[in-house]
Amino acid sequence: MHIPDGFLSPEVAAGTAVVAAGAVGVGLRRASAQLDDRVVPLLGVTGAFVFAAQMLNFPVAGGTSGHFLGAALATILLGPWLATLVLAVVLATQSFVFADGGISALGANVLCMGVCGALATGGLMLLARRMLPRRRGVLLAVAGAGAWLAVIAGASATALLLALSGTVPLGTVLPAMLSVHVVIGLGEAAITVAAVSALMATRPDLIGAWAPAAHPSARPVAVGA
Amino acid sequence: MKLVTLIALAVAIAIGTALSPFASRSPDGLEKVAANSAFDDAARAPQRAPVADYTFPGVDDPRLATGLAGFTGTLVVFALGAGVVAVARRNRRVA
Repeated sequence: MHIPDGFLSPEVAAGTAVVAAGAVGVGLRRASAQLDDRVVPLLGVTGAFVFAAQMLNFPVAGGTSGHFLGAALATILLGPWLATLVLAVVLATQSFVFADGGISALGANVLCMGVCGALATGGLMLLARRMLPRRRGVLLAVAGAGAWLAVIAGASATALLLALSGTVPLGTVLPAMLSVHVVIGLGEAAITVAAVSALMATRPDLIGAWAPAAHPSARPVAVGA
Repeated sequence: MKLVTLIALAVAIAIGTALSPFASRSPDGLEKVAANSAFDDAARAPQRAPVADYTFPGVDDPRLATGLAGFTGTLVVFALGAGVVAVARRNRRVA
């Protein structure tokens, strides 16, 4: 879903860059406030896994492929703001080292593939924590639904930015993006549920965002590894 | 570095190196939509980059070139991700 240079108007590229920079700034502040040293390797390993898994394009219908985004998985491990930071590192590396995603579109890509998915998953986790029992099945359902929603939110945001840029009418691009990403989102959900399930079996302490806390900002953000 | 970190990193490197050459080469969702809706020609030529299009330069075998690109990228992202947090936390202690 990486937007190349040329798809966005300068105004949209600049506006999304400002918003993305703000979100990354929140992530950096959250990172600096982390007392636990283990956040350093955990963030690095999460980024490494997201990058590697994003390379594995899987076929969906009609000669199209999809790939993992990773914002939902990173949010379950690190919370939405550190997840945004992880995705920003991945997307910046992809753009500058691998020419995947335009440099002027980096902010839009961080917004669509990072912030949107992180907030969708984070919001869902917050709701589930308040309304549902803390059980393994519930967390796996939240992981799957969050992953699917993250892809849908990212695809919708991408369509909206393309339409705002005057590149293609919203009535054309939104249904087209949604119809293919409804399927790609199922792949995202499958990978996320498999990864969370494997982590729960081996390192349940990493799923700290799910841990109970009096106040969200007081919760011990998942660190370990 | 702790053993569990090394194992997790090794899994990521194995995915990026050994599985990436077998990934689908079809256009992804956005690329396909751009082609179908005829706005793909709005894309500018990709920027110059050291490992453009996930093909390691100077390697003839395409699968090896992709695997090496995945190996490099996975390590770069690990170092950058851990480095950014380490720097952010050090700055706080100084401040």
